Amino acid sequence: MLVLPALLGLAFLVLPLAGLLLRAPWSTLGTRLARPEILEALRLSLVSATLATLFCLLVGVPLAWVLARVDFPGRRLVRALVTVPLVLPPVVGGVALLLALGRNGLAGRWLDRWFGVTLPFTTAGVVVAEAFVALPFLVISVEGAVRAADLRYEDAAATLGATRWTTFRRVTLPLIAPGVGAGAVLCWARALGEFGATITFAGNFPGRTQTMPLAVYLALENDPQAAIVLSLVLLAVSVIVLAGLRGRWVS
Amino acid sequence: MGLVIDARLVVRQGAFTLDLALTAAPGEVVALLGPNGAGKTTALRALAGLTPLSEGHIDVDGEPWHDRPAERRPVGVVFQDYLLFPHLSALENVAFGPRCQGMRRREARRLAAEWLDRVGLADQAARKPRTLSGGQAQRVALARALAVRPRLLLLDEPLSALDAHTRLGVRARLRRHLADFEGTAVLVTHDPLDAMALADRLVVIENGSVVQEGAPAHVARHPRTDYVARLVGLNLYRGTAHGHTVSLGEGVGFDAAEALDGEVFLAFPPSAVALFRTRPDGSPRNLWQATVGGIEPHADQIRIYLEGPVRAAADVTPAALAELRLAEGDPVWAAVKAAETHAYPA
Repeated sequence: MLVLPALLGLAFLVLPLAGLLLRAPWSTLGTRLARPEILEALRLSLVSATLATLFCLLVGVPLAWVLARVDFPGRRLVRALVTVPLVLPPVVGGVALLLALGRNGLAGRWLDRWFGVTLPFTTAGVVVAEAFVALPFLVISVEGAVRAADLRYEDAAATLGATRWTTFRRVTLPLIAPGVGAGAVLCWARALGEFGATITFAGNFPGRTQTMPLAVYLALENDPQAAIVLSLVLLAVSVIVLAGLRGRWVS
Repeated sequence: MGLVIDARLVVRQGAFTLDLALTAAPGEVVALLGPNGAGKTTALRALAGLTPLSEGHIDVDGEPWHDRPAERRPVGVVFQDYLLFPHLSALENVAFGPRCQGMRRREARRLAAEWLDRVGLADQAARKPRTLSGGQAQRVALARALAVRPRLLLLDEPLSALDAHTRLGVRARLRRHLADFEGTAVLVTHDPLDAMALADRLVVIENGSVVQEGAPAHVARHPRTDYVARLVGLNLYRGTAHGHTVSLGEGVGFDAAEALDGEVFLAFPPSAVALFRTRPDGSPRNLWQATVGGIEPHADQIRIYLEGPVRAAADVTPAALAELRLAEGDPVWAAVKAAETHAYPA
């Protein structure tokens, strides 16, 4: 009874990927991949996803730690807020970012006036949009790891004279490293594939804000073959990430 | 010389209250002995600063410790399952404390190597905790606790994670290290054998308070609660003494070796009980009629639980049991020699 729908589900997931592989212009793949605009989009994607992940690690690990360890009023609300970008349509996230960090936005106005920083339609804006969408992946993964970590190791560190910071740095962080690693990979993968928030908040300027997914979308209009090639590159990156994740953290 | 530790530990956790006065002399090894849930580990955590006191104080060498956080108390703790940091090697585990005290990395590692050598694990320095045997992990934990030069060493069930075979050797080693240790040590255990072998003084805790304390040999001979009596393997009763005669109430009287007056405890070992199918000739003192409530092997003896006015455990040889042909529910006569029946003030 269950085998048929299961097979159907599997086919549904595999068929599009097969289509991608079958329709790929394998003969011209090399020359197409070497085209400067593709390399440029790929470089921009990798750099911005990596920067977004670093930013998420910097703020997300402490946030996850607080959510897991500190009992404060409204913790459930904060946790719900953190997960909002997970369910929010990315385009809406982009609009929200424009309203908050745009030139006339709530915080953007001050960024512009005080520091002369404008985020929308810049590479930094790409990083911001990707981080906004990807942060929940990291926080959820790390919070789970912090919750699962044995608190008594921190007790042991305290009796050895470790301050809270030393304990966090030398005991807690290494203990939750697998969770942080898995979270960072998910976060990076999500940032790499980010489309809606990026195009809304950062626009679609080749070399500056045009990441791979944006380039795929644009190429589909006027050069479908190029779109397939770009998609193949993203697919390859995803598979590599998945393989890395399995090998290192899932076993 | 004054007391090293003078503490009153009060910790309230829900319905449970620990209220414990604890003193220890310099160099003394004190064992907190008690059943599970008695509050032993809570007391240890309170001393270490890991569980806050609800009330009371901890003074060590006249300095108040109770308002210091754990990291500023010069204690070393050997935790029940050791809690060696799994991502650090044995050497790095031991060097962790000295590093936290501000020692340079190289210096700390040299010191750690020294400690590992002292516990006989110099060749295991590079190994990760999960590759160490239970006994080795316990020694690394001990080295880690001692490497911070603690004034007070706290050991939580230091031998309970080990199998019976390794236990003997590890206990003997631990005993030597405790003897070498200049500070005071408090160890928590539910095993009377560990407590007696390792401690200078026993503090028996039940339900969060002290029920008995004293030198191990004294506690072993003069139990004051059923729990302690069971631990040390004695039959224990409460009664009223008039000279050598102790009345247990309900018309049952015993003759004891000691002459006392007033409320007393009366104790005798199961091996001192003799059993008879029929009332023995003559009239031995301390004779009573009982029913066999249970029979089970106990080491190389057979332990027989007697029901009746005087509940008692009696140990007989398998041969004697065969001769008596006893079964559960059988009536039996029991006798104890007065010379093996000890009375002491309650």
